[in-house]
Amino acid sequence: MTLEAQRLSWRRGGTLVVDGVTLRPEPGSTVGLLGPNGSGKSSLLRLLQGMSRPDSGTVMLDGVDLAQLHRREVARAVASVTQHADTDVDIVVRDVVRLGRTPHRSAFGGELARDERIIAEALEHVGLTAKADRLWHTLSGGERQRVHIARALAQEPRELLLDEPTNHLDIRHQLELLELVAALPVTAVVALHDLNLAAMFCDTVVVLRRGRVVAAGTPAEVLTSELIAEVYGVRAHVTCDDHSGRPTVVFRTGLPQRVAAR
Amino acid sequence: MVVGERGPVLSALTAAADVAAGSSYEPGRRWSRHAIAAVLVLGGVVALALSVGVAITLGPADVSLVNVRDILLNHLGLAEIPVRVSEDAIVWQERLPRALVAAACGAGLGLCGAILQSLLRNPLADPFVLGVSSGASTGAVAIGVLGLGGSALGLSGGAFVGALVAFGLVLLLARFASGGTSGVVLAGVASTQLFSALTSLVMFAFADSDEARGVMFWLLGSLEGMRWDDVALSTTVVGIGAIVCVASARTLDAFAFGEDVAASLGIPVARTRILLLVLTALLTATLVSIAGAIGFVGLVLPHAARLLFGQRHSRVIPATIVLGALFMVWVDAASRVAFAPTPLPVGVGTALVGVPVFVLLLLRRRGRA
Repeated sequence: MTLEAQRLSWRRGGTLVVDGVTLRPEPGSTVGLLGPNGSGKSSLLRLLQGMSRPDSGTVMLDGVDLAQLHRREVARAVASVTQHADTDVDIVVRDVVRLGRTPHRSAFGGELARDERIIAEALEHVGLTAKADRLWHTLSGGERQRVHIARALAQEPRELLLDEPTNHLDIRHQLELLELVAALPVTAVVALHDLNLAAMFCDTVVVLRRGRVVAAGTPAEVLTSELIAEVYGVRAHVTCDDHSGRPTVVFRTGLPQRVAAR
Repeated sequence: MVVGERGPVLSALTAAADVAAGSSYEPGRRWSRHAIAAVLVLGGVVALALSVGVAITLGPADVSLVNVRDILLNHLGLAEIPVRVSEDAIVWQERLPRALVAAACGAGLGLCGAILQSLLRNPLADPFVLGVSSGASTGAVAIGVLGLGGSALGLSGGAFVGALVAFGLVLLLARFASGGTSGVVLAGVASTQLFSALTSLVMFAFADSDEARGVMFWLLGSLEGMRWDDVALSTTVVGIGAIVCVASARTLDAFAFGEDVAASLGIPVARTRILLLVLTALLTATLVSIAGAIGFVGLVLPHAARLLFGQRHSRVIPATIVLGALFMVWVDAASRVAFAPTPLPVGVGTALVGVPVFVLLLLRRRGRA
């Protein structure tokens, strides 16, 4: 049992941003959410986290409707990293990661030693142990992103929701981060823009367009030049990488045939 | 100046304790930290008690510290030492209630500032900046000069209602303007202007010079003529506020990255926001109705607490309470003595300290962005 979405629909400011989406991630797998800007990736992640309620459909956590659960219970199972989470507070990296322990704390403190160990492990995971005592606003964009991921890991979640976590990262950190996410023993749902990264690291990908699921399956099944032309409106050549057996997308200039014909 | 997790004072103390403990064995360190916290809080309370004691001796009529002690012991039923009746009246009926209300106002307004700054994610948020005090003035003037609502409400009642109205207005404006963290301060500026204009209008058009003087004095914040029922009301309200805030310390920490992150950490965001904002509004309105519009305490003291003790609210909140109380007791004592026998409105003193700090904060913010 895990987090799953059943026929979710959500209207936001008059527009249907999520339209009948059903999602059943395999426990422990990494699921890529793909689609152009405004296709509903972030909105779907908000619904999965329970930060907003859908107009119809349900999000189930271990078979229980998310709306029936306390936020705290949800936060112990589901962690998320949103875009643009910034602060003016003079807070050090370790204390940001410590925020991840919030849902596990009782009113009377709790196991401090265990908390500290989990915080240290989370920092180690994202390679920021050496910067644990640095102030947040002295970090680069990529480092901040990794701190947020460490904070999410400190929540000890079973489900991890990431909204474009590779933004602001250089290529090495993009690869390291997704490798880390894919290797974690959690179910991860990751909104991504880069199709090649999705092809490399996701077990399954789900392609959204105007709030609807237009394709779902393994990267090799889904990422075809026809689908890319249809969803993104660009020309692409997809080959299979001999080494990994995963698809590789190479983009071409000019509009695809069908779009050009319209 | 940037300060990390602990702040210089706490770092120095914990370092000393680590050495004293002789090892970095975890549970030992934890205990020593608890001990330090206890020592700091105890030290703060003792400093506050001493400050109140010394502040009482200051003023146009000299009363020695020994006499103050005797009078207090007499009233607490611990002794029967003969003292002069006039000194007894000055200490017990005038200066002690005044010092206690000052302490409560400093603690309470500091607390309001700490909550608002965290919840609204704006380091410049405080009841005064957000126009709450201006609203209170308008309310007081409307009652005092125009006689709205009859005599039942009184100046204090008018201030209370005015403060609540202004606070609600600012939060609504900020909510709908969606200007992010700066929206709320802009809404506060607009509200301050509006209510100051309304106050001036009423004074200009309707008040005679006696009424104007009375209201003006009160607008600047005044601790003249505090009585024991003022002490009871202010300390009760501040006490309740302090308990709620200490209990909410971890929740406030989780707001550092905004409401979405707080929600994803399991905080019931809407409920917390409403609870703490209503608490702040009631606390401010009560204190303003007792002592008038005392500015900048709420802005400055939380920042001082953060600079000294780091960012965690489990430290910031107790530190703000103690520092706020100490600050106000001394500012009040200074403003009584400075131009004796004419007392300076206490709000003048707090603003003279507060404005330069406000400017420093602005500059520091700019340096960061």
